[in-house]
Amino acid sequence: MRADGITAALSHLGRLDELAGANTPIGRVDPRAKLVTTLAFLVTVASYGRHELSALLPLAAYPIFLLALGDVPLRPILWRLALVSPFAVLVGTFEPLLDRQPLGALGPVVLTAGWLSFASILLRFALSVSAALLLVATTGLDAVAAALAWFRVPKVLVVQLLFLYRYLFVLSEEVARALRAHALRSPSHPRPRMRVAGSMLGQILLRTLDRAQRIHAAMLCRGFDGHVRLGRSLHAGSSDAAFMAGWCAFFGVCRLVDIPRVLGVALFGAGR
Amino acid sequence: MHMSDALVSPAVAASMWATTAGASALSARALRRRPDDRRVPLMGVLGAFVFAAQMVNFSIPGTGSSGHLCGGLLLTILLGPAAAFLVMVSVLTVQALFFADGGLLALGCNVFNLGFLTSFVAYPLVFAPLARTRPTRGRLALATVLASVVGLQLGSLGVVLETVISRRTSLSLDAFLVLMQPIHLAIGVVEGLVTTAVVLFIRDARPDLVLAGSDAPVPPPSPRRFAAGVLLAAAVAAGVLSWFASSAPDGLEWSLARASAGAKANAPPGALHSLFAMIQERTAVLAREARLRAGDPEGPDTARGRWPQVDATVSLSGLAGAALTLALAGLLAAGLRLVRRRSRPPSPQ
Amino acid sequence: MSHHLVRLEDVHFDYPDGTPALQGVSFELHHGESVGLVGANGAGKSTLLLHLAGVLFPSSGMVRVGDWPVTPETLSHVRRSLGLVFQDPDDQLFMPTVADDVAFGPLNLGLPDDEVEARVSGALQRVGAAALRSRPPYRLSGGEKRAAAIASVLAMSPDILVMDEPSAGLDPAARRRLIGLLRSFEHTKIVATHDLDLVLDVCARIVVLREGRVAADGPTASIFGDASLLGACHLEKPLRLQGCPRCGE
Repeated sequence: MRADGITAALSHLGRLDELAGANTPIGRVDPRAKLVTTLAFLVTVASYGRHELSALLPLAAYPIFLLALGDVPLRPILWRLALVSPFAVLVGTFEPLLDRQPLGALGPVVLTAGWLSFASILLRFALSVSAALLLVATTGLDAVAAALAWFRVPKVLVVQLLFLYRYLFVLSEEVARALRAHALRSPSHPRPRMRVAGSMLGQILLRTLDRAQRIHAAMLCRGFDGHVRLGRSLHAGSSDAAFMAGWCAFFGVCRLVDIPRVLGVALFGAGR
Repeated sequence: MHMSDALVSPAVAASMWATTAGASALSARALRRRPDDRRVPLMGVLGAFVFAAQMVNFSIPGTGSSGHLCGGLLLTILLGPAAAFLVMVSVLTVQALFFADGGLLALGCNVFNLGFLTSFVAYPLVFAPLARTRPTRGRLALATVLASVVGLQLGSLGVVLETVISRRTSLSLDAFLVLMQPIHLAIGVVEGLVTTAVVLFIRDARPDLVLAGSDAPVPPPSPRRFAAGVLLAAAVAAGVLSWFASSAPDGLEWSLARASAGAKANAPPGALHSLFAMIQERTAVLAREARLRAGDPEGPDTARGRWPQVDATVSLSGLAGAALTLALAGLLAAGLRLVRRRSRPPSPQ
Repeated sequence: MSHHLVRLEDVHFDYPDGTPALQGVSFELHHGESVGLVGANGAGKSTLLLHLAGVLFPSSGMVRVGDWPVTPETLSHVRRSLGLVFQDPDDQLFMPTVADDVAFGPLNLGLPDDEVEARVSGALQRVGAAALRSRPPYRLSGGEKRAAAIASVLAMSPDILVMDEPSAGLDPAARRRLIGLLRSFEHTKIVATHDLDLVLDVCARIVVLREGRVAADGPTASIFGDASLLGACHLEKPLRLQGCPRCGE
């Protein structure tokens, strides 16, 4: 990824988190409820076997619901989905090659089990990635952190997440500047060689260590005693419980009942 | 190397999550016992550094391809295993949440493959004994490269096993291994070299810093430590492999059958699959028992002509496998703690 | 009630690698004074400020803030009465939102939640940044970050405000707003800066540092009138006082 690609990715990252600022029905749901529901969703999606495809489709209701009621713009989500899909596509393409067991024919085209599991992988990938992205888009990291702290995740880890996120952009911009400066002085090899990368990273690391010292001094000057106090309190209501219970029930139903098949049978009679 | 949710089964994801949660809790406790308020900003900024450093794509001479720093070993050298592990957890979590780089369910797997194995296996068992206190440049380079290679090999092995055991893909164990291990060997060497360059750079500029993570000086190598390490590694390897063999016999049988039929282009070398055949034979007892208990005496065969069944989310052998992993992880963690505590000199306070 | 609010007596300090940083600095600051600390790069300004806040301790000599000598034991008292605004606001704003950063100090002081909230709103209001409270720091402009950093220090209600290069990196409008803000503060102020025009606007007294020593200490007008002193200390007159480029007056 070139330096410009980095800044592009960063601006998209920032936007994803800021979508949570909006005062939307989903944004108002308690972060703990959203966290639990999303995890239940992910577990449900992951529990399907590799040759299941249509049974998964009703589950798309959850991400669609979050997208719609969270006022989340579709494009950044799709963009991010596309960006991370190559790996899943890569692994998925082995399926048609390895699994040649034929399932049926659609006219002249023979459908093999491999294609089915390829599609299944892609669908499961899309569902799980979009659910994770929408969790962040409708919740924001500090609310997620508050939820994690409530779930007894060690405080040092929660604080670490917040600090990491805070300085992510500062450091990424620093790296982007260094890469850009290098590219400008090395027109034939814009990508740094290993040794150059080593000293570049070493320099940035040294500056980072100095920065850590300065931040520590600033914290001390404001009375820091080793404990970071997070001033956020969470209030859950019956609507949050309803959200969680309702969706989890839906996931359970989807898992136990192959809804598309039931619908198909109901509408078209017993099929193949 | 980040695994996606599409490739893991709930059982594998849950057991890896449990391992990660346990390791995180233990690390947090270890840090609480040695409070240092400089650590809060330091861990935070170093996590951001590793995140940003992964964006530096450098060209690898002679191959024309590019690589990037993973950072786990560098973090462990700077912060010590417990703090470095927690930083890696945070980096991978943010990558999963914001960049969708690795699934949330698979986060446990990714933390294990990319964080735990580097900080708690490669560092104490490979880097620390080789590097000791105040190593020369050559010795430091050797320790770093070896530890990096071992860490990444173990990590990619983890990816392979977790994927194959989850049975969400048709890739067989041997095919996947051949695909993953050699590449990650090369990646490990490159990562080790770049990490060495960075460590040497900052060591020259700030001699007080390297290996500053552990307050106690690196313990001298002893035969007992080494034996403990080898035993632990063997136990982990045997446990994981037998777990695989006992809970996914169809995958192994199938790949062996195909390999012996010579049908595949990626047919593994003979030594590899005769090794697995031997292991499979020895652990077949477990497999048969598991199948009997699950009420399926003839053995599952999803790939041979029947309409594919829905996999049960929780099967008995899956549970047994998960429990075994937990036990092994606990054994590993307890073993390492014991070894460290034994060889650490009494603290000055 | 002490006459002086801040007092340095013959403070010496060396960097870890042995380079001398402060070589016998002495001065006093009185209640309500507004002092500009100027000098070349490396003269020791930032180091001096860190001594005031108890981040660094002198190898010899003494620093007193209010009734307290600055020692490791008295730090919690010192830091309640003296607030230090750092050069790089990114080092000072480390929480997820501006409101969290401003609340950091009061929470550490052990104040109850409603008092903390009152301090946060009050401080943000004071610097004109009330609209920024839910924003993450990395999204702010230079001027906004500076305002938020100042608010984070004001929330602790210090008697003395110490600032390191407050106008660095600000666009002219933000700089003008900062100057207005500083003039409106009734705190005792020490401002270390290269921005001599800001000193002219904000400070009645100047301390000039040169190579770790106090080269001059006096009213703004007389210091800025002494061209040879300024030259010897790698400084010059504020741009406003320099001759007209046309006629040389």
